[in-house]
Amino acid sequence: MNIKPSRLRLCGNWVLERFPLAKVWNEHMAHYYAPKNFNFWYFFGSLALLVLVNQFVTGILLTMNYKPDAKLAFDSVEYIMRDVNWGWLVRYMHSTGASAFFIVIYLHMFRGLLYGSFKQPRELIWIFGMLLFVALMAEAFMGYLLPWGQMSYWGAQVIISLFSAIPVIGDELSLWVRGDYVVSDATLNRFFAFHVIAVPLVLVLLVFMHIVALHEVGSNNPDGVDIKKSKDPWGHPVDGIPFHPYYTVKDVVGVAVFLLFFATVIFYMPEMGGYFLEAANFIPADPMKTPEHIAPVWYFTPFYSILRAIPDKFAGVIGMGGAIVVLFLLPWLDRGKVKSIRYRGGIYKKALLLFVISFLALGYLGTQPVTPLATTMARIFTAIYFGFFLLMPIYTRWEKFKPVPNHITLDPTLEERIPALIALWNEVTEIRSIDTDKGVVMKRRFNATGTKHVFIRFAKYLKESLD
Amino acid sequence: MKKILSLCLLLLSSSIYASSSVELQEADIDLSDKISLQRGAKHFVTYCLGCHSAKHIRYLRIAVDLGLDEKHVLNDIAPEGAGIYEQLHSAMNQHDAEKWFGIQPPDLSLIARSRGADWLYSYLKGFYIDKNKPFGVNNVVYEDVSMPNPLWQLQGEQTPVYVTHGEQKSIEKLVSSGHGTQTPEEFDRTVNDLVNFLVYVGEPVQLERQQLGKYVIFFLLIFLVIAYLLKKEYWKDVH
Repeated sequence: MNIKPSRLRLCGNWVLERFPLAKVWNEHMAHYYAPKNFNFWYFFGSLALLVLVNQFVTGILLTMNYKPDAKLAFDSVEYIMRDVNWGWLVRYMHSTGASAFFIVIYLHMFRGLLYGSFKQPRELIWIFGMLLFVALMAEAFMGYLLPWGQMSYWGAQVIISLFSAIPVIGDELSLWVRGDYVVSDATLNRFFAFHVIAVPLVLVLLVFMHIVALHEVGSNNPDGVDIKKSKDPWGHPVDGIPFHPYYTVKDVVGVAVFLLFFATVIFYMPEMGGYFLEAANFIPADPMKTPEHIAPVWYFTPFYSILRAIPDKFAGVIGMGGAIVVLFLLPWLDRGKVKSIRYRGGIYKKALLLFVISFLALGYLGTQPVTPLATTMARIFTAIYFGFFLLMPIYTRWEKFKPVPNHITLDPTLEERIPALIALWNEVTEIRSIDTDKGVVMKRRFNATGTKHVFIRFAKYLKESLD
Repeated sequence: MKKILSLCLLLLSSSIYASSSVELQEADIDLSDKISLQRGAKHFVTYCLGCHSAKHIRYLRIAVDLGLDEKHVLNDIAPEGAGIYEQLHSAMNQHDAEKWFGIQPPDLSLIARSRGADWLYSYLKGFYIDKNKPFGVNNVVYEDVSMPNPLWQLQGEQTPVYVTHGEQKSIEKLVSSGHGTQTPEEFDRTVNDLVNFLVYVGEPVQLERQQLGKYVIFFLLIFLVIAYLLKKEYWKDVH
């Protein structure tokens, strides 16, 4: 049969003959084979991309009414919040998006620690990812100055003054960064330029390289098994499935769940109890009046804690920088032969647990005012933070690994877990007959002994899984 | 999972702005109570606008949000000569303000967001007689504030009752030492209306935001179900 191609198709073909659209699509989506067993932790890569797009779109809309001028900036934000149609929604999406970005990125990085995604051959993906993290921190720091509230102003003042701790060139350097002796209009303008143009360009470039590098070596998975080792007669990995449509539809589910949380924050708690939008930032910047308690936004507080924990200012700056630099070195610090935590020895699991606790504790301490006890705690957790990385070459050598399977193992799906969940529910509750004024009624009540058994079982499981 | 839980704990733990040592009284905030907001708007213009502006809100917005007629707002609430499109500017200029109070009184558009409703409620009820201060009053919530009590005629004067713990002398409570034009209950309502209005001014879109949120979340739930079913359909043949 001979069907005359439509004009649209001819147009399409004209483009495809001149541009490798189909090739790019196939290489990165339709013929890119990803392991079948991605779990919960694997949603955060695509979610990071979603949040990035959200920040771009809302950010562009915000610049249309925002004024990067020390006299106008604060008022222009309120103008957006009140007089611009849907301005409040755009602004909350951007401010909540900033915090969401860090939640997603921290979970994404934690996934790397869990399943050894930074290990050979994915070192470069990790390096690009870390560069992305640094660029993201710069982007967030400079963006936070723009609303020109008290916390914006004094946060920037404190952080920029850290440069002056560097010997010899310090003072000149911080002056050069600010463009003035204090944070001022000049600082605001250059931060605006970096926030809306320079750093976003770097971010896009790095995201591109991060993904290209990933697709060159292929995705890791919760088992840490190399799926390219066993292929079917057509050359496709037996344990792999095309990214599109399998993971595109799966990631859409992740997107829906994420957006539910995101929308709840935007519509019902945009300030998030003073963590996403700080109370002091609703007061316009006043260079003559220092707020009583200066704290960075929550996503910087672990590093801020490390800074404060070290007594000497310059050493503190080195410590804070070192806390990030040491992450870059992770692929070479870890001498373990096995990727996934599922088959690693107990020592790494315990070290990772300690690291997570110390990271969260440092984050909490960074939001709190300095007390002698808090400083001591911060020092202990700082030591654990660095110990996790710097002692890694030693303790990972002692690890006793479990045998790694040749093929991936498929976890039970959510639906397959429902009977177990129902059984659990039946164990922690019981049907009891209760006397009411309408006679005896059977009601479901909390069961203490059942709950105790569940807890003991869970504790045992936790202990076993840490060995 | 552990990390998420701990993160939630971190987010829920003590909020950042709890610095004052005095226990705050709770304001009863209800932004859907239009009558309270209307009274609050009237009180604001009568007792606050003389010195404080609220430059991020317009009379028109108040009329629309509080369900009032534009004419009613201009005749009954706004000061004489104000236009409906104007923001709530104060008549006092910066030069005079600095001469009289040493500082320009802050704009109150966002005061409820920076201080919180309970703080404002306690602050407005917390003035007491202190002859050593330039305005003859001090405040339990904000010590040595350079602001006279604008509501003294309504409330009457309050004097402090002190307790001593060793060397430390602190205020236990305030007692009324003269009747105002309002009874204590009426005065509580007046202050509450005022704070309610300030919370509204802090974020006029608040009610609309919460109402819209329901639809967005409903849509997302439907979207989640459809997305999940689609995923299940595609993944049927993956073993």
